[in-house]
Amino acid sequence: MTVGVLVFPGSNCDRDVRWALEGCLGVPTTFLWHEQRQLDGIDAVVIPGGFSYGDYLRCGAIARFAPVLEAVRAFAAAGGPVLGICNGFQVLTEMGLLPGALTRNAGLHFICEPAELRVSPGGCRWLQGYGAGETIRLPIAHGEGRYQCDPEDLRRLEDNGQVVLRYAANPNGSVGDVAGISNPAGNVLGLMPHPERACDPVTGGVDGRPLLASLLR
Amino acid sequence: MVAAPDYSVAEALRKENLSQADYDEICRRLGRAPNRAELGMFGVMWSEHCCYRNSRPLLQGFPTTGPRILVGPGENAGVVDLGEGQRLAFKIESHNHPSAVEPFQGAATGVGGILRDIFTMGARPIALLNALRFGPLEDERNVGLMEGVVAGIAHYGNCVGVPTVGGEVAFDASYSGNPLVNAMALGLMETEQIVCSGAEGVGYPVVYVGSTTGRDGMGGASFASAELTEASLDDRPAVQVGDPFLEKGLIEACLEAFQSGDVVAAQDMGAAGLTCSCSEMAAKGGLGIELDLDRVPAREAGMTPYEFLLSESQERMLFVVKPGREQALMERFTRWGLQAAVVGRVLEDNIVRVLQKGEVAAEVPASALADDTPINHHELLSEPPAEIQAHWRWSEDQLPAASAAGITPAGGTATSWNDALLALLDDPTIASKRWVYRQYDHQVQANTVVPPGGADAAVVRLRPQQGEGAMAPATRGVAAVVDCPNRWVALDPERGGMAAVAEAARNLSCVGAEPLAVTDNLNFPSPETPTGYWQLAQACRGLSAACSALDTPVTGGNVSLYNETRLPDGTMQPIHPTPVVGMVGLVHDLAQVRGQAWREAGDAIWLLGVPLSETADARVTLAGSSYLERIHGALTGRPPEIDLVLEKTVQAFLRQAIAAGLVASAHDLSDGGLAVALAEACIASPAQASLGADLALPAAARGRLDRLLFAEGGARILVSVPAERHQAWRAALESSASAGAAPVPAECLGSVLEQPRLRLRQGDQTLIDLPVADLRRSFEQAIPRRLGPDLPPTA
Repeated sequence: MTVGVLVFPGSNCDRDVRWALEGCLGVPTTFLWHEQRQLDGIDAVVIPGGFSYGDYLRCGAIARFAPVLEAVRAFAAAGGPVLGICNGFQVLTEMGLLPGALTRNAGLHFICEPAELRVSPGGCRWLQGYGAGETIRLPIAHGEGRYQCDPEDLRRLEDNGQVVLRYAANPNGSVGDVAGISNPAGNVLGLMPHPERACDPVTGGVDGRPLLASLLR
Repeated sequence: MVAAPDYSVAEALRKENLSQADYDEICRRLGRAPNRAELGMFGVMWSEHCCYRNSRPLLQGFPTTGPRILVGPGENAGVVDLGEGQRLAFKIESHNHPSAVEPFQGAATGVGGILRDIFTMGARPIALLNALRFGPLEDERNVGLMEGVVAGIAHYGNCVGVPTVGGEVAFDASYSGNPLVNAMALGLMETEQIVCSGAEGVGYPVVYVGSTTGRDGMGGASFASAELTEASLDDRPAVQVGDPFLEKGLIEACLEAFQSGDVVAAQDMGAAGLTCSCSEMAAKGGLGIELDLDRVPAREAGMTPYEFLLSESQERMLFVVKPGREQALMERFTRWGLQAAVVGRVLEDNIVRVLQKGEVAAEVPASALADDTPINHHELLSEPPAEIQAHWRWSEDQLPAASAAGITPAGGTATSWNDALLALLDDPTIASKRWVYRQYDHQVQANTVVPPGGADAAVVRLRPQQGEGAMAPATRGVAAVVDCPNRWVALDPERGGMAAVAEAARNLSCVGAEPLAVTDNLNFPSPETPTGYWQLAQACRGLSAACSALDTPVTGGNVSLYNETRLPDGTMQPIHPTPVVGMVGLVHDLAQVRGQAWREAGDAIWLLGVPLSETADARVTLAGSSYLERIHGALTGRPPEIDLVLEKTVQAFLRQAIAAGLVASAHDLSDGGLAVALAEACIASPAQASLGADLALPAAARGRLDRLLFAEGGARILVSVPAERHQAWRAALESSASAGAAPVPAECLGSVLEQPRLRLRQGDQTLIDLPVADLRRSFEQAIPRRLGPDLPPTA
């Protein structure tokens, strides 16, 4: 098992994901530079948080054209596990692997704080370590995490069980309190909270461990 | 006789903030009149910002050496030895004037600049802190300045991927229109050799990397060295625009480049841009630099030598590189989307020569620019200014009588002690800064052990981000804090300066960290008034004395003078003199880090430091206190005497007790004294834990119950001790007395309550009795309620 962690210019949680996976959970990782076109030997892909290409124009809007993402698209289509955290979630929506968009927080401020989330794992392969309706605590750290989609799309997502993570107290104005969604097949998960920041008891909680440890199941 | 130049000297001198005497000296050093570009180079290099022309004689008293000090003042940042092969670079810097006219970019580029100082040394930035000062939030302009500054810091720090882990924010009318923005950065060395700035190797190529050079930030260093007026808003082009995305790439590329061993010397381009970096590298290396402006990556066409040389465009660095290695080195930068170009070479002669279109645009001896820079001599008052002496005559006897029911301030209404405590918690200087720090990413890099607001100092785990050790568990950490009791400095700069150091060390000790070294940021008004220079001199005396006594040498810092605003009526409003102390400490065992919050009901609450029953002691007073200002509307009196011997004894004892596992929580007494510290310990305890405190206070002499509750000073620390360790704690206290050292003064005041209430009793009378929820509401909402919507509770 080797997890590929994408690195764009401006990514800044790439090493944190590596620490959580490799340092805390013992899952080997390798960094994938944004210009590479191959994912040989990779069993899962994590698109980490940060400010890819400075998040200029719009979060994730430039990153979606990165060569590596063509390979990620094919990997996801073949059922490979893909996780987009924070900026990675923004990238997944920009490239159309997940529906909707993430816009400026309702309060206009960047927010870095712990958030309570309700998990509805459904068929999402990343969340099988949590019970249905379980409440977990993960940190959020974003300025543009307000999930938006039209009401019909939201209904469809809910009907399909794709709204897998919801805020207990909505911090950013997301529709339907959405904190994370999966694709219909359940192999692609995008979420604004940072599970990699909740794997190490020294720096905070450990509620993110079951999510990343799902790769070991 | 010097030939007349082709520009108006008087006008140019005014623009460069230089005097006629400076001009004469420049002509003498050059043996001719400077051309306009050369004069501009002198203008920035001889500004207070670059050469400390007012403060240098005063800074010479600072202790700067010690067993752990690897690099002291003079380089881009100080470096201390943490043992076990780890070294920490750290530095503080101000961006006050830019933030006053353009708060967002002013603050953002302040963060960018201090980070460059760190990674220029070969260290990866691991933490940011900031010290901020604003005018009262009742004035909309101050609200706008604070919102802009905080958003600017967040913008830069969050994007660049360095956690903002701590800081302090205080408010006073003197900062209206002249906010203070001091940013401090810490970095862990990633290279074998500390990268220094002195040029080496005649003929070696000089390589420029980073962003392009444009017309932004022209003359920022001179601008930063003059007072602010209404017209300062027209100086907005002197404020640079930052690009944290470029800086993130620059950090990665620079650290890779330094590890390659190909870089001989490095200097970031901060204030005074190319001028400063060339002349510093030349002067420190005893060599020269030739710079060809035609090869400098330019943002716009048609820039003059003056504009190239004085531009403060951000995210740029200059390297001296081993010959033959420049191409490989430049490719590291272009991979990250950055500019890289060979722009010159190292010369044997100690000169800075600037070429444009094949002609010499400027040629100045490097030492003329950077060495023996002029000093402005000021006469030091032989006794304190009259207005200060008047303040010192105030005594507590001038306050109305206090009873168990409370106090009625002169011309005010009856105030219970409950009301007084809630009012103090609602003081934005004391209140929770959550509105501020929730905008900062304080967790990125996955090493933040203590989040903002959780303890008296920030604590970051010492786990490298790269290379060996990055995936290994780490048990040591670094603690950091910034501090300045500006109210005290305004009333007594010497005691205030001492107190800044003492409190910083106390805060580090409260988390269990051993204080190591200091970086200081001297924010002062104009030194050209007798009072202004006296304040600066006295504060430096205080800082020096305390740094010596507490074994925390100064490794560098920054001086920001002329922090004053010309009011519409023409009078000058100086800021409170604000010598901010940034201090770093070593945490030997992260498992022993302690926070402010109570841990368990039944734990005993102790007070270390000058005991409460000690009533006629000059080390504890209501003079200059938050209580006096907030409840009685008076900023007066002489702040407490700082007993550095007591500070050292108490702090060392606490650290030992923490290491021995005797202490559950620790929090120092600061603004608002005992009552506020107790309230903060209650508030910091998680709401679901439902803990409070119940204390029985000793009798107060002269009936001054307010002195018991709210007096400040005395090296005091509030500690809670687990019941099962109480005996060992008492034994430790006793042996501290018998070890031949001064005994550690300590008294037991009460215990942690299994009920969310704070209760302070004296005999059979209740002085304070409040639910923790009420304390929390005042404390948490003080800042948000002045800005608009309340903050939601923490999850």
